[in-house]
Amino acid sequence: MTKTLEGAEGLRSVPALLHRNATQFADAPAYREKEFGIWQSWTWSQALEEIEALALGMIDLGVAEGDFVAVIGRNRPRLYWAMMSAQMCGAIPVPLYNDAAAEEMAYTLGHCGAKYVVAGDQEQVDKVMEIQDQLPQFEEMIYLDPRGLRKYDHEKLRSYEQVQHNGRAKRETLMAEMKARIAKLDYDSTAVMLYTSGTTGNPKGVVLSNRNVIETSRTSSEFDGLRQTDDILAYLPMAWVGDFIFSVGQALWTGYCTNCPESPDTMMTDLREIGPTYYFAPPRVFENQLTNVMIRMEDASRLKKRMFDHFMAHARKVGPDLLDGKPVGLMDRLKYKLGDLLVYGPLKNTLGFTRVRVGYTAGEAIGPEIFDFYRSLGINLKQLYGQTEATVYITAQPDGQVRSDTVGVVCPGVELKINDTGEVYYRSPGVFVEYYKNPESTADTKDAEGWVATGDAGFIEPDTGHLRIIDRAKDVGKMADGSLFAPKYVENKLKFYPNILEAVVFGNGRDECTAFINIDLTAVSNWAERNNIAYASYQELAGHPQVLATIQSHVEAVNRSVAEDEMLSGCQVHRFVVLHKELDADDGELTRTRKVRRKKIEEKFHDIITALYDGSDQISTVTEVTYEDGRKGAIKATLEIRHAMVQPVATRMAAE
Amino acid sequence: MLDQADGYTTADGRKIGPVVMEMKNITLRFGGVEAIKDISFDIREGEIRAIIGPNGAGKSSMLNVISGFYVPQEGQVFYQGQPRPPMKPFQVARQGIARTFQNIALFEGMTVLDNVMTGRLTHMQTGLFWQSMWKGKAEEEETANREVAEKIIDFLEIQAIRKTPVARLPYGLKKRVELARALAAEPSLLLLDEPMAGMNVEEKEDMSRFILDVNDEFGTTIALIEHDMGVVMDLSDRVVVMDYGKKIGDGTPDEVRNNQDVIDAYLGVAHD
Repeated sequence: MTKTLEGAEGLRSVPALLHRNATQFADAPAYREKEFGIWQSWTWSQALEEIEALALGMIDLGVAEGDFVAVIGRNRPRLYWAMMSAQMCGAIPVPLYNDAAAEEMAYTLGHCGAKYVVAGDQEQVDKVMEIQDQLPQFEEMIYLDPRGLRKYDHEKLRSYEQVQHNGRAKRETLMAEMKARIAKLDYDSTAVMLYTSGTTGNPKGVVLSNRNVIETSRTSSEFDGLRQTDDILAYLPMAWVGDFIFSVGQALWTGYCTNCPESPDTMMTDLREIGPTYYFAPPRVFENQLTNVMIRMEDASRLKKRMFDHFMAHARKVGPDLLDGKPVGLMDRLKYKLGDLLVYGPLKNTLGFTRVRVGYTAGEAIGPEIFDFYRSLGINLKQLYGQTEATVYITAQPDGQVRSDTVGVVCPGVELKINDTGEVYYRSPGVFVEYYKNPESTADTKDAEGWVATGDAGFIEPDTGHLRIIDRAKDVGKMADGSLFAPKYVENKLKFYPNILEAVVFGNGRDECTAFINIDLTAVSNWAERNNIAYASYQELAGHPQVLATIQSHVEAVNRSVAEDEMLSGCQVHRFVVLHKELDADDGELTRTRKVRRKKIEEKFHDIITALYDGSDQISTVTEVTYEDGRKGAIKATLEIRHAMVQPVATRMAAE
Repeated sequence: MLDQADGYTTADGRKIGPVVMEMKNITLRFGGVEAIKDISFDIREGEIRAIIGPNGAGKSSMLNVISGFYVPQEGQVFYQGQPRPPMKPFQVARQGIARTFQNIALFEGMTVLDNVMTGRLTHMQTGLFWQSMWKGKAEEEETANREVAEKIIDFLEIQAIRKTPVARLPYGLKKRVELARALAAEPSLLLLDEPMAGMNVEEKEDMSRFILDVNDEFGTTIALIEHDMGVVMDLSDRVVVMDYGKKIGDGTPDEVRNNQDVIDAYLGVAHD
């Protein structure tokens, strides 16, 4: 690929794109944030002024080229600006997960040797203060929300406003320096460093260049026809590559408006008020919303409930076809129109999806019922498959080819191949530069020709070209009899039941599969209330015999469905326990992006796993839990081991 | 004891000013019942002052004397150096005193925002005519007051329930809304009647945090009544202990904790 084909001339860095937007879309809204009950907004030219002021202030503070500037906080325009200001200084922004505990932060801050930190509020400032002794490189911290910080020792603390004020005051003297630094940025300079959530071991710092970010933003924006007038809601962690691409990369490339909610609790209200046209959410968010809708419909009047059920049934029948542009009869179309007037329209409005033109979900498999529910309402919800190392995009579903069981076709500019073990490899302009200070891992992941191993096992459907992902390649194992073991495949099927929040399936190298199950408190407690079942705690509800019986029926239904797939029929769950606590990232059982950490769980609950295989009927256990403030406690419980019915797998045995 | 007339600085760096309110030999009777017997104490500017005591000790009566709702039969209340005459509630509010109630007294049918806005009432100047016209001065005034209300909503982190009718809220949040309404008046003296009664540990921790933050950020003087000894000892600068209408202790939490009369009142004494 020659350089002339890439990007547009003069638009080879994030600051360059920002300058273009500030000229071309000067008066168009660039950022909105709800604060003090009102949506405050900034146009592109105002944003540029703010960002420049901060960048000049940073230079004044001593931020040098190549320095790492960590950004920690919830999604706020000023923190996005801080990332761009850092880029203008020639420094490298490193957004970190704001819900990470201080020790986790100590690792990442220490690893990149961040000299400067931009913190959202007192909570983040406290965390960095707590660990600053372990950070020899750390120099200064800039904080955004001054609340509670007035009496702090300001030796190493600066307020965001103060830094901007200094920047504005010294604009004349420092402007030349900043311009020179911006001019040095090209397609190969680092745009951002993002830490992967670290399903195994320590997080790795993924270095992404301007080429990665801008090329990916360009091709993906064209793929989905994103427009300058689009609106997005930025509410997912800033440290996540997706948020960086949606709220910085694509936002700058197309010039659309990034909206930030008032607080995490008001996200749903803010979503409704903004009505984004381009929306991303992990399956979990869609699941929660659907659960809430269903719960509220249970409480609705009879007439409304009947109307909802009737028209939803119709929507399921014809909605997805209408969205895909397939032929639908006139009567069905008219009925759908009526349904839109009475049910779908108001429902979409309540959910905040009225204006959604392009919606994506990714990260985990989404339940077909959930996926179809949103699509049948006429929301263009699609799936994509990507990872930090690819600057998000590997495959995505084009309009009109959307299915719940695939992750789409290869994105423009991406090449895909599957090796003999079934692992998926890709090569694209978005392929990351390297893992920071970790050449071994870089070499393990990316070969000399630029092919990157995804770590996922999957296959390409021959007739459609769609990619299907089965599981993490390293999690795919063999059962004792040599048949395939794909835990995630079974877990996803289990998790599609609203009552089940999380499931972990064991069975690698063993002759039978077993599972841990977490109930979904929202769904199950609502059921309990409806059926007059009293309970005092999560633990008690999770151990209730009727709950266990319901979960058992789900497990058995999954077993029937798993048995249909000849290759994976050995993965049926023979025994399971419903856990007494929710698996939690604070206890190290999940990653911050809520993916299951199998090793940790196997170690921590080894007594329960043993009991699942030694024929016991119950197991008494003590589990350590960590509260949000870092204190530790313990939960004692006696768990019942349930046996689930399995389908015979005689055919496969005979074939061997 | 602390006798610096012009105030002092606490260990955590807060400035405590001179005395703002002084109770001198207060006695309050309801018919034949003596609810408060000859009590004297003072409240300094910027401090968190707690009144504690067992049930029926006369704490709420004392708070009502401070707020001016009860006029004591004997003794005198001095506010900002002046002896205080009997007053109407709105006059008390104008003096910069706001309070919350033990049994939440919010407008249940109104939204959180509307409830907080009622706290701004003393700051509204325009009359009925302009308010009903809803133009010019009245509109500006409402905007300015709404801004203050929103800052307090932000401060107490109740943005998510801004438009929710109070009746739909759980107890702990109602308590917080009540605090928000009291704060909306921008009081110089804030009276809290059992702000943590009926709360679980987490809600208590939140509320304690907010009380400290209010004192810290706005420099508001706070007088509070509380049952939970642990909370009181952690929060307050000085504590008055009452029992059967009498003052049995007064001083820093440590002094009070080691006071034999206080220990007896809380733990009981053996009667031979």
